[in-house]
Amino acid sequence: MLAYLVKRLFQAIAVMFAISLVSFAIQDNLGDPLRELVGQSVSDEVRQQLRDELGLNDSFLQQYLRFVGNALQGDLGTSYFFKEPALDVILKKLPATLELVFGATVIIIGLSVPLGVYTAIKPNSVASRIIMGASIIGISVPVFLTAILMIFVFSVELRWLPSFGRGDIVPVWGYWSTNFATADGWTHIMLPSVALASIMLPLFVRLIRAEMMETLQSEYVKYAKAKGIHPGRIYFVHALKNTLLPVITVGGVQIGTMVAYTILTETVFQWPGMGFMFLEAVNRVDTPLIVAYLIVVGFIFVVTNTIVDLIYGLVNPTVNLARMGA
Amino acid sequence: MKQFLSFAAAGVVAVTFGFAAQAETTVRVAYDADPVSLDPHEQLSGGTLQLSHMVFDPLVRWTQDLQFEPRLAKSWEQIDPVTTRFHLRSGVTFHSGNAMTANDVDWTFDRLKESPDFKGIFAPFADVKVIDDTTFDLITTEPYPLVLHTATYIFPMDSAFYSGTTTDGKDKAELVKHGDSFASRNVSGTGPYIVSEREQGVKVVFDRFANYWDADSKGNVDKIVLTPIKEDPTRVAALLAGDVDFIAPVPPTDLKRVEDDAKTNLITMPGTRIITFQMNQNRVEAFKDARVRKAIDFAVNNDAIVKKIMRGFGTVGAQASPAGYLGYDEALAPRFDLEQAKALMAEAGYADGFSITMMAPNNRYVNDDKIAQAVASMLSKINIKVDLQTLPKAQYWPKFDERAADMMMIGWHADTEDSANFHQFLSACPDATTGNGQYNSGAYCNAEADKLMDASNVETDPAKRADLLQKLEGILYEDAAFVPLHWQNLAWGARKGIHAEEIVNALNFPYFGDLVVD
Repeated sequence: MLAYLVKRLFQAIAVMFAISLVSFAIQDNLGDPLRELVGQSVSDEVRQQLRDELGLNDSFLQQYLRFVGNALQGDLGTSYFFKEPALDVILKKLPATLELVFGATVIIIGLSVPLGVYTAIKPNSVASRIIMGASIIGISVPVFLTAILMIFVFSVELRWLPSFGRGDIVPVWGYWSTNFATADGWTHIMLPSVALASIMLPLFVRLIRAEMMETLQSEYVKYAKAKGIHPGRIYFVHALKNTLLPVITVGGVQIGTMVAYTILTETVFQWPGMGFMFLEAVNRVDTPLIVAYLIVVGFIFVVTNTIVDLIYGLVNPTVNLARMGA
Repeated sequence: MKQFLSFAAAGVVAVTFGFAAQAETTVRVAYDADPVSLDPHEQLSGGTLQLSHMVFDPLVRWTQDLQFEPRLAKSWEQIDPVTTRFHLRSGVTFHSGNAMTANDVDWTFDRLKESPDFKGIFAPFADVKVIDDTTFDLITTEPYPLVLHTATYIFPMDSAFYSGTTTDGKDKAELVKHGDSFASRNVSGTGPYIVSEREQGVKVVFDRFANYWDADSKGNVDKIVLTPIKEDPTRVAALLAGDVDFIAPVPPTDLKRVEDDAKTNLITMPGTRIITFQMNQNRVEAFKDARVRKAIDFAVNNDAIVKKIMRGFGTVGAQASPAGYLGYDEALAPRFDLEQAKALMAEAGYADGFSITMMAPNNRYVNDDKIAQAVASMLSKINIKVDLQTLPKAQYWPKFDERAADMMMIGWHADTEDSANFHQFLSACPDATTGNGQYNSGAYCNAEADKLMDASNVETDPAKRADLLQKLEGILYEDAAFVPLHWQNLAWGARKGIHAEEIVNALNFPYFGDLVVD
């Protein structure tokens, strides 16, 4: 177990090195940060002077080595726009994003299991057909469109829910302020969570349905039915447990992906999280922040995947982590 | 903290006006971006100037019809060809409580001269000489016609507040373009609002300054909450849903919705930013021929672009200077005549046309990529095949600096609000030492035009200056130095009951201090 975790840690470091190298290599193609820092009529001479001060005129290798040297001491550079250490900026934005992802995850888990199981048990019912039809729409409509439609319906027309931002948030600890402490916070997080969930929910409904249908064909379910066990117990205890393995695997990867999808959701809802911050950083060519974001997200991916592997071991004892790690 | 501040502000209001607690008026504003810094000298941009007009006051400011209005300077007179004497209002205090004097103006002027962004505008100025607490002389190196234009950029800063060192030993006056500084996070001006809370990229909260000098101002807003909302549809939805009270800009696609909604008002105004295409004579031999350039101008139907693509949200242009500027010549009419364009091409020996490359940004100006596509297809009518590439602005500007395509789009707003500025940057002979023609990707060069610009820069008689500048525009028109398209309009959306139409202007610096809410 410990050997496995240590190995995973090294993998994470390697992944982040690769990310930093790639993001550093592409930063010249992102544009010129100076353009965003100075006004339009500033002379070329002054801009070159500022480039020198920022060290942007050094060679790629020099810049990269300087970055790695600082990164090893925990300094991922200073954001041009926020004028603060890039890591601090991201950590300040991280709670907003994680709360959004959490909200979406709760919706996905809460809905996908009953819907998936129901459509598997009653594949031909009208309700199942409607659910499956809606899930196709959910998969094919891009998230920014879903989001704008929801704003139009629930904010502009019905005026039930606010259209943007986090609303009234309550500080919890450090940089973390929560939406879940006030009614205003709850109403603000509702639309963005549903929009974010709309991408993953259909996928999970379909996944659980497919796995469940397969399990229902298995010998032991037939045997349980023949034995006269209560259907609820068969479906939700015996069958569901066995469908969960692939769901957890996919789920772990998808939660990582969801962090990436927050870029679009947060932009539409002006949600002050790190996805929106990243898109803005790209627009402003805030390269230190872009590189730091990619490294942090890479880290989140590695961590969630590690946790998924650990849970996998708990759910299915035949998976031997020590052997996997060897 | 937030509650405490609003409580304190309400208390101050109650004490000042001597009546018991009254509900405070809050206006929630949504822009597409929030100010990059609280330091008014860090970046010369619309966002910085919008903030400056809320937290500071300029010596003079522009009115809606582009005249000068006295603010901190109550009067001025020219005492010799290079010296203008300004008389400051007395009894003006900064947010910190310090009194504003001519020394603060002097201090601010020196800091402007150090700012990479502002020193260009202040290059013709030599010094500020303090006469007494409320009098100072602004001295230029040569007679200069734009003294008052430039005085709109002087927002006196609280020199005592910005002097000394911070706890970690940094100079408080320090001007840092990138990285942390005292002035980028702390502010003390004379303006109508105090910054009471700020989270970059999330919101800025302004509270009315109780000791604001302008007691005659009808402004009755106690608190402004500025939130950046980047996405156009979200910003409009927020206004329509009643989550915010005032938005800018309103995208062309939503103008009608904001106008038709029973609860909102749309305010539009012709802007001063001209959108143009430049034709690179160094890259394309044919562009050296004025007839070919003119043919292109004749082939581009800028009226249709304004009507169809901009949905009427622009003013068709035939020159760089918008109406109201000295150089604006109403005799110059937009050109569109396909037959004449073809004839000119044939005359120049290019009846069969040629192929060119074109580049335009896709997130810098309103509908920039669609405009470029339209121009490209219009040029195909005179057999010019266009290979068009549109890029995000971050990647476009380096390409523009390289002059990477045969035709490139550029929009320009004159920082000085003066006609000569357009020519200096967009169409003057490129010269690295003077900085002229820095954005002249067409490499158009006409010595006569440059002479007119130079003459206008030392001519202080407005009538003679107008003559010089109009002659200059005439030459550029005759030469078809560039393809003028239109001036982008400005649009604001406001909830009914907010009298925003009285505080906006063509420069897009709403004077929130004077905002009246029913």
